[in-house]
Amino acid sequence: MSTSGIDMGGHDETTAPPALFANRLKVYAKAVQGPVRRIKWALLVVMLGVYYILPWIRWDRGPGRPDQALLLDLEGRRGYFFDLEIWPDEIYYLAGLLIFGAVLLFLVTSLYGRLWCGYACPQTVWTDLFMWVERKIEGDRAERIRRDKAALSFDKAWRKVAKHGAWVLIAAATGGAWIMYYRDAPTVTMEILTGQASATVYSMFALFTITTYTLAGWAREQVCTYMCPWPRFQAAMLDDQTVTVTYQAWRGEPRGKYRKGESFDLRGDCVDCTQCVQVCPTGIDIRDGIQLECINCGLCVDACNNVMDKLHRPSALITWDTFANQAALAKGEPPRHMKIIRPRTLIYAGLIVVLGAVMMTAMLTRTRVDATVIRDRAPLFVTLSDGSIRNGYTLKITNRRPEGSDFAVVVDGPEGLIATVHTPDGRELPADSVEVRGDTQGALRMFIAMPRKAIPEEQTPINVHIRNLTTGEEASVATVFVAPPSGGDRTQRTNSVAPVQMP
Amino acid sequence: MPTKIEKDTATGRMTTGHEWDGIKELNTPLPKWWLWVFYACIAFSAVWVVLYPGIPLGTTYFKGVLGYSTRVEHAENLAAVEAGRADILAKIRSTDVSDILKDPETATYAVAGGRVAFAENCAACHAAGGAGQAGYPALGDDDWLWGGDIHAIRQTLLHGIRSATDADTRTSQMPAFGEILDRNQIQTVATYVLSLSGAADPAPAVKTEGAQIFADNCASCHGETGQGGRDFGAPNLADQVWLYGGSLDQVAAQVAQPRHGVMPNWGGRLDDATINMLAVYVHSLGGGE
Repeated sequence: MSTSGIDMGGHDETTAPPALFANRLKVYAKAVQGPVRRIKWALLVVMLGVYYILPWIRWDRGPGRPDQALLLDLEGRRGYFFDLEIWPDEIYYLAGLLIFGAVLLFLVTSLYGRLWCGYACPQTVWTDLFMWVERKIEGDRAERIRRDKAALSFDKAWRKVAKHGAWVLIAAATGGAWIMYYRDAPTVTMEILTGQASATVYSMFALFTITTYTLAGWAREQVCTYMCPWPRFQAAMLDDQTVTVTYQAWRGEPRGKYRKGESFDLRGDCVDCTQCVQVCPTGIDIRDGIQLECINCGLCVDACNNVMDKLHRPSALITWDTFANQAALAKGEPPRHMKIIRPRTLIYAGLIVVLGAVMMTAMLTRTRVDATVIRDRAPLFVTLSDGSIRNGYTLKITNRRPEGSDFAVVVDGPEGLIATVHTPDGRELPADSVEVRGDTQGALRMFIAMPRKAIPEEQTPINVHIRNLTTGEEASVATVFVAPPSGGDRTQRTNSVAPVQMP
Repeated sequence: MPTKIEKDTATGRMTTGHEWDGIKELNTPLPKWWLWVFYACIAFSAVWVVLYPGIPLGTTYFKGVLGYSTRVEHAENLAAVEAGRADILAKIRSTDVSDILKDPETATYAVAGGRVAFAENCAACHAAGGAGQAGYPALGDDDWLWGGDIHAIRQTLLHGIRSATDADTRTSQMPAFGEILDRNQIQTVATYVLSLSGAADPAPAVKTEGAQIFADNCASCHGETGQGGRDFGAPNLADQVWLYGGSLDQVAAQVAQPRHGVMPNWGGRLDDATINMLAVYVHSLGGGE
């Protein structure tokens, strides 16, 4: 390793031990215009719009049920996503969606680097918004630096107050909107505004407001550098075919100041104007190569292209490119096209297809009826006066539909089996039409009796079928019927009698 | 162990001297905000120690200026639960047991409460879930000595069976036929009794003689066909359920020297609401009439 000679950014050259802690070097990001910036603004408007508006979309689900299109009703223990309704025991759909999203992120990262970080991550989006507000009130980079250094004046004071006020308002709107995903939006808004909301709502509201204000206003790039785990392991998804924001060092170096009219022969295109550094929201120098702090937002691309245009030099000195192509160009070889099909992209894409297929199948074959059968363990069985054996079960029928339905309970088993369904307190119900109210789980008792001669073995597998008589949806559960052992003396344990062979 | 603290050429930083597989650790300073969070945690813990209990003082402990105690909180929670139950328990106490079944909500509560009371008071003899054991009737079957409707169950619970401490207890006694009949007759009538439920198939002569002995000595209580008599807790002898065992020896022994089960009267021991909940629970076990 002999990289000496390259100054990596003004570190202390003495051999004294470093300080225990470091002050943050405040980043004064400069405004930039260009196509990348326009895309980022457009995405920002779309994503913030979706975030703030989504809870207000109504969705009619019939009387007595939430009419919010997207609602995570924690108290009612239901998740509503338009026409989809998720019960707590179906939370694997959400887990599946998150895994799907994660693998999709892996694929995008392996193809185009940290697009998520630069364009879609909430931290980036809100920070961008906060910085826009800051620029509107306090001016652009140079003005902000000058004012921060200056003594306190009325001009400085009101701008600071106005900026933080605006930030708090945005943060409050953000924190408030978060709660609307968990409570009916119009109701909770009125409650918050009129002081009627619960302590939980207010504390959550305060929590998300404070975190938004702190993270987007103050912490900014430190979140990406110090707090976020993603930059630490996203490198595992990258290879030399990944498109990332890169400085074309072979074209730019040797860099140097440029005076108008000078020739670009025998020197690089980089004029060391540091525009790329000044616009960077994480305060890095892309010319140092790919680095942890770079979120691939590409604002340096816009900044550099603007300068190159003025100098009538080819654009894309800083651009999106693959490592492989950059290495080839640096050696003077012909350009290499990005290889989209690579082992890792195939694996990620394959995983996405498999996950998607699994989730689609699960969704399409999903029924709104579910059954659980729990066999009584005490007593295992009871002998009836006619000598037949009876088992007790707890039968739970889950009716995930909003409307109540009648269910037929049919038990498959040996000939002679008699199944009866009862309420928990013992009243017998007709097994061919057991009513279960909508959106509930009905707990029932089920007794299955078999004449002793009909019982094939000590543990007989039986199947319980549940059918919604209205919709025809079915569910089946396998369980067992337990009988006393056929040998040995069972009179002591079961109060029953075996046929006695008389001498 | 740090080996060599040196300056990293690429960054100009000092290393910590730690090295793993050629990778050296930089001695990077902590971010200041991180330190402030750390200080804030220390301050928070100092406030916490003052407000809440946490410092041991020999045999006692510093109680904290808020006076918070999990025991007090637990007692309050229990009191709140008791208060929440009061209404439904009062309803169960004052309602006729058969009417409890008419209201699903109360009945469900009674079944749940009865299950707990049963495990505490009854399971020792009648076994978990009312499975029963030799000498102690199974409560989930359809065979009842004194009747299986909910009022009969409640009556048994309240006053017990052959309880020495309750004047209203259910009581009956079977004579010891060992002193009345000879050994042969007892064997014969026991064989006949077993034949009533199909558990034995004696020779016609034995059957005729057994039937005669049965008619003379047993039918007055157990009925002409051995169907039993609930007025005095006489077991049904024609079914397949045997309290003291159904082998020939066991039946003969019960004829010669009958055993009589005793159940305590629960009236004075458990409150009325619990008795009612137990009656509902036992009735729900599957044999309730």
